[in-house]
Amino acid sequence: MILWYAGIEVGIAAAAGVLCVILGLFGRKPGDLTMGAVVFVELLLLAQLAIAIASPFAGNSPAGSILEFYLYLIVALIIPLIAGFWALIERDRWSLVVLGIACLAIAVMVVRMNIIWTVQT
Amino acid sequence: MSTTPTAPADAGPTPDHAAKPRRRFGVGAVLITVYAILAIGATSRAVVQMATVYPEARIPITLSAVSAVIYIVATLALILPGRAWYRIAWITISIELVGVLVVGTLSYVDTAIFTFEAQKAADGAVWSYFGIGYLYIPVVLPILGMIWLRSRRGQSTHRLSPPAEV
Repeated sequence: MILWYAGIEVGIAAAAGVLCVILGLFGRKPGDLTMGAVVFVELLLLAQLAIAIASPFAGNSPAGSILEFYLYLIVALIIPLIAGFWALIERDRWSLVVLGIACLAIAVMVVRMNIIWTVQT
Repeated sequence: MSTTPTAPADAGPTPDHAAKPRRRFGVGAVLITVYAILAIGATSRAVVQMATVYPEARIPITLSAVSAVIYIVATLALILPGRAWYRIAWITISIELVGVLVVGTLSYVDTAIFTFEAQKAADGAVWSYFGIGYLYIPVVLPILGMIWLRSRRGQSTHRLSPPAEV
């Protein structure tokens, strides 16, 4: 796991989450901007998966439980899919809030993943 | 909120709204999402703990597993229609509230039980320290859940029985 990349991930996921929650509370429905933001977060997570697989070969191994790390990563990868699916079948303001909460949860999970990778023993 | 929950007969904005009795979750979707995330989080955490450190911390990890099951059932009960699930939702959410209050208090009073968790506070059982490792969401969520269940009371019963004037 790379610290600056994790920082970007957390920042973008949190920003996307706040954006979706606020627009949803103001009554907007999921649109190109908000769905695009969620897709972007998902792509960042896919790149994170590639980084996590490649890192140990570059001498950057996780300090904490690898099982726990991948459990977080896989769940984080699944969450936007479920929230996005929900947003497609029930297009109302609340599904946008759901998308936002999904992004915020991912931001928290990436922070957790970084802790597992770096400081946990 | 833009829609009136108790007037399905008046002219809605969409024609298929009246034709299809499909229950719309509305704000409940947000509640269900938070429940689902907590259920997934508690379950995977409990699985990892049981696989790795179970003998060191029997009580907190057992509690983690129990709370994970309760969150899963509560999430399902909030999604599924019908009076039985509505009742199960009430039961599980009540257990949650009692659980987080009792375990939260115990974890501050009797630290001997939760010493292992004290070392890894953020890594603790869902209910330890009133859910501090989960941003205190576990202590707030059952209250919001009860408020939502109360507001939904009529909707969930009208299919199986005449409108209840309780």
